Amino acid sequence: MKYGIISKTDLSRWFDSLKGRGKIYGPKRKENAFVFRPVNEFAEMSLIYIPTILPPKKYYFPQKEFLFKFKIKPFKTSKAIKKFEEFILFGVHTCDIAGIQCMDVVFNEKPADPNYLNRKDKMTIIGIECMDYCDRYANCAAVGTHIYKGGYDIMLTDVGDAYVLHVNSEKGENLVKGKKYIRAMETHDEEKLNRALAEKSNKFHNEFNGTLAEIDQAFADGFFSTVWADVGRRCVGCTNCTAVCPTCYCFDVVDEVSLNLNDGGRYRVWNYCQMDDFARVATGEDFRPGRDSRQRHRYYRKFQYSVRKYNKYFCTGCGRCTRTCMANISLIETVNSLLDERRKR
Amino acid sequence: MNSHQAFLEILKTSPYKPMKAKIIKTHDYTAHERLLRIVLEDERELGHWPGQFVELSLFGFGEAPISVCSSPTEKGYFDLTVRRVGAVTEALHRLKRGNVLGIRGPYGNGFPLDKMHGNNILIVAGGLGIVPLRALIHYILDKRKDFGEVQILLGCKTPQDVLFNDEIAHWRKRTDIKFSCTVDKADPDWKGNIGLITGLIPGVTLRPQQTYAVVVGPPIMYKFVIAELLKKGIPEQQIVVSLERKMKCGLGKCGACQVRNIYVCQSGPVFTFAELKELEGECHEGECHV
Repeated sequence: MKYGIISKTDLSRWFDSLKGRGKIYGPKRKENAFVFRPVNEFAEMSLIYIPTILPPKKYYFPQKEFLFKFKIKPFKTSKAIKKFEEFILFGVHTCDIAGIQCMDVVFNEKPADPNYLNRKDKMTIIGIECMDYCDRYANCAAVGTHIYKGGYDIMLTDVGDAYVLHVNSEKGENLVKGKKYIRAMETHDEEKLNRALAEKSNKFHNEFNGTLAEIDQAFADGFFSTVWADVGRRCVGCTNCTAVCPTCYCFDVVDEVSLNLNDGGRYRVWNYCQMDDFARVATGEDFRPGRDSRQRHRYYRKFQYSVRKYNKYFCTGCGRCTRTCMANISLIETVNSLLDERRKR
Repeated sequence: MNSHQAFLEILKTSPYKPMKAKIIKTHDYTAHERLLRIVLEDERELGHWPGQFVELSLFGFGEAPISVCSSPTEKGYFDLTVRRVGAVTEALHRLKRGNVLGIRGPYGNGFPLDKMHGNNILIVAGGLGIVPLRALIHYILDKRKDFGEVQILLGCKTPQDVLFNDEIAHWRKRTDIKFSCTVDKADPDWKGNIGLITGLIPGVTLRPQQTYAVVVGPPIMYKFVIAELLKKGIPEQQIVVSLERKMKCGLGKCGACQVRNIYVCQSGPVFTFAELKELEGECHEGECHV
């Protein structure tokens, strides 16, 4: 089955059928925000949500990842790869799926990363398509992530009283196979879907004041732009923007030793290019001094370096960096300022 | 092997797990710099190339990227020279002969020896820059007839900071290489040159078109040395530098060594000046100090 139909009233029943297949994580309300958390019952989830505080990245690229155990004396290392468990991400936005696709490229590039690949191998992704903007901070339409482009096992599209399921993998096929309440899509469903998508496309528009080609050029020309000095003056260096980004993957490698001072573990932990010591070497040289150059580096990693290296924008348009910024630095405004400046030149 | 089998193979091993290695000799060259001679478990060869580096592990302290300073022509061991400057290297200086540590690597590209073969070689070392260059010097001396004329320029802060003085005495005696050294600040016993290393470059007699200049030193040195080398007429693609960065993972992932869209640990640390100019921007904006 490529496309299936499930009525909204049957969705919780289908959710129950997934329970034996691994831990399920889904979006839940937390005070005035949303977070991905383990979900036991369908009703705990909020399937209409603005992007969660942290992207689901925390499940496939954990904040603190165990690498291996060691003994100092006598020198010994444990078997490096432990067992990973099956899990399901339920209700992932298309922007966050785009984020997973970015991480796939990074961690598959040689030398490939076993920890990431192991987790990814055990992961099932059930996406949900946004039919309208979550809020004014998103720029998903500009980078084209408001519509789905693979990277999931099943995608849910809301067509009023039902969801259209797009089955995109064998894993996904196994989740819908034999379910009597999921039927194949018929012509009248397809018409309904097309109407919903047409309505959706009217709501989304390019959030930037220029095309991607113009943005590309603005970044190519804008390395010494005064925009960075402005952003740098406002930035407080809290690192929030890099902590919440679905495509930030910088990390540090650290040791932890137990109380016997002989056994320990090596871990990798998220690290942030916005930290003032990020590019500083032991002799004191800082190769990216100043918040202006550090912010510029963050933007270039999303809009230019990744395009040159992987042919992909690493901005998924989720808007998290803008939503979380303590200094009200807006990604849309920054990119627009860069575009404006180039036009004036 | 099909792609899924290849995938499963990757999943079995962690690139983060270091090999066990043993220190077989230490030598303190200065109050802060110590040479460690290291043998891998099972007497395996490291299989490195001059200019590459390893991630050295001391469990409980962490890892540090250190350049290998011996040549692959020396079999059975490899050398690292470490300045006592951070948590890992401070702990490293407490180790003795017979102690074990972890090594993973080698990483990075190394010096472009295939292109350098048959050409004159000008080595310009500033301070600790002599450490990775020692690997190259040893290689060249072991394969001396593969290269044209060889000249080595070394600049240090004071005579007390000169590393490898036992070997330098030997280099000075050789007639098939030319060695000169200068210090910024001399003491009464110093008989050599005084002043910055850039002062030694005008005296270089090598024919520039047939010369590869290899420059390693503190970031501040590059700008001035490269300007002098260009003045000499050495082509941009024959000026070779090695960039010092915080290579945390060595695998092109962690982001710490990034210069623009380049991961220094994978694409570098060795670059030609022509390549660095392509990274325009960061090269005169503080990120790579060239």
